[in-house]
Amino acid sequence: MSCDEKVDCGRRRLIVATATVGGVAGVAAAVPFLASFAPSERAKSAGAPVEADISKLAPGQMMTVEWRGKPVWIIHRTKEMLDGMAKLGDKLVDPNSERHQQPDYAKNEHRSIKPEYMVAIGICTHLGCSPSDKFKTGAESGVDADWPGGFLCPCHGSTFDLAGRVYKNKPAPDNLEVPPHKYLSDARIVIGEDTKGA
Amino acid sequence: MASSNFEKFKSDGTVLGDVTEWIDARFPMTKMWKEHLSEYYAPKNFNFWYFFGSLALLVLVNQIVTGIFLTMHFKPDASLNASGVPVAFASVEYIMRDVPWGWLIRYMHSTGASAFFIVVYLHMFRGMLYGSYRKPRELVWIFGVLIYLCLMAEGFFGYLLPWGQMSYWGAQVIVNLFSAIPVIGPDLSLYIRGDFVVGDATLNRFFSFHVIAVPFALAGLVVAHILALHEVGSNNPDGVEIKKNKDANGIPLDGIPFHPYYTVKDIVGVVVFLMVFAVIIFFTPEGHGYFLEYNNFFPADPLKTPPHIAPVWYYTPFYSVLRANTVNFFWIDAKLWGVIFMGLSVMVFFFLPWLDRSPAKSIRYRGPLYKGALAIFIVCFFILGYLGILPPTPGRTLVSQICTILYFAFFLLMPIYTKLDKCQPEPDRVTFK
Repeated sequence: MSCDEKVDCGRRRLIVATATVGGVAGVAAAVPFLASFAPSERAKSAGAPVEADISKLAPGQMMTVEWRGKPVWIIHRTKEMLDGMAKLGDKLVDPNSERHQQPDYAKNEHRSIKPEYMVAIGICTHLGCSPSDKFKTGAESGVDADWPGGFLCPCHGSTFDLAGRVYKNKPAPDNLEVPPHKYLSDARIVIGEDTKGA
Repeated sequence: MASSNFEKFKSDGTVLGDVTEWIDARFPMTKMWKEHLSEYYAPKNFNFWYFFGSLALLVLVNQIVTGIFLTMHFKPDASLNASGVPVAFASVEYIMRDVPWGWLIRYMHSTGASAFFIVVYLHMFRGMLYGSYRKPRELVWIFGVLIYLCLMAEGFFGYLLPWGQMSYWGAQVIVNLFSAIPVIGPDLSLYIRGDFVVGDATLNRFFSFHVIAVPFALAGLVVAHILALHEVGSNNPDGVEIKKNKDANGIPLDGIPFHPYYTVKDIVGVVVFLMVFAVIIFFTPEGHGYFLEYNNFFPADPLKTPPHIAPVWYYTPFYSVLRANTVNFFWIDAKLWGVIFMGLSVMVFFFLPWLDRSPAKSIRYRGPLYKGALAIFIVCFFILGYLGILPPTPGRTLVSQICTILYFAFFLLMPIYTKLDKCQPEPDRVTFK
């Protein structure tokens, strides 16, 4: 076939139409494969609340429970810890918990239902490492000479106070998340469920 | 058409000749052999730096062969076995302890990963020394950078498989990088993990990517890299085109056939490389915690990050760039800046062919500005790499910030300083030094 032969416009249109429909079908066929990347129904349903017994948690100590595969910390804060936290205001990114990182009942100066008990998801808001507890104060903590006690993320050096509030000029952008939780009694706490949602 | 193929190739009457004639009439065997080996004319002045291309191919074969055998025993399963150990972790221990010679195959694979990056970094450095990415070899370079990206993905997916502490938390951090992207970020990282946390779904899909998807792409890119190279011809330490000076038969005067000259030369490189590789595998397969980190000998624990986590050495320069971003500005927080700059620090290599405006390709004829800039870049790359292994301190963060700025300055100021540079005239023919 020579090049100067006249193009059959009808057939050319048919080729374009066929290619377009074929292309659309090809893209549509990719949808189930891409959708299969999403969490499965089993993964979505595995998020039941967990209960913790805090009666043996001494003041100044913390415990970790697993909820939805993540570490959830329960910290029993002492009077000194709470006093130290109150003085940090201008060193923190979001001292008054303005951003939505906690349920409304934890949007207060101690970010918890009861001042002495802190509940937080122990996953750094930077890239998801679990920060280490550095409860000792000052140079002894290995963090800083005037360290008031809190958490240090080993991965990228973000620091948080004992209410999970992030310090300024650190890689983590937000305070640690407070999960929905409620007290069943003075000694029992349930994580993943609160009074409104229950 | 078919009949002309039978006329084109004639047997010399021997059995081998008859077989060759039969195949060549149906498949371009002799043609390909000539085009890519016996009549591929490479510059005759290749030096030490030209070993690393063929070595990269050797290591790729090593990774594929050892990988095939590891797959026969490995189980991508995050559930706990009867003794409370994750099945994937236990299956790697099983390979190491119970499979005959399993320890050797596993160490060849895990140490091979580090060897791959050493060889590829030296191969890339050669390109930067002699301007091998310059016109007309831009696509050779781009395919090469794509291969490098695939290798990084391959290393990342592979490192999750043993399901140790470093596997788990390394994957957690890298997948969470995507959550920094505005709007789609959190959903994207959920899609990558396939669960709300790194879990069994993540392990299984990373296994699939590691053994099928990425190696397949890698093989295709390696073919494209070599085809593009053979289309334009190899660069050389003088950075001059050998195709400018040809003899009466159209063969470059400074070219020698790849086979047998460079196949034999490369065998020397292979022997020396295998000696070093064997010493490492037999005497220090974990590379003192640099090739396989000590924390990865603990099973993954989703509730506890190890006190110090760092990626494997070959990612640490980019990891340092990520950590160097600690300031929020332009309404974008430091987390996203870190991800952006880390991405750019890898992607910027794609633009090298167009950033370099020097009249000379090779470092031999370039002026002091490029030599100085390249030296500073290499020093910064090493410092960033070293700091990426260490835990962060304010002093180290400052040093990594300075090195990050110099790293990007090397690329972004290149159009200026390569133009200002006082280059020496390039020779007409290749030289020996």
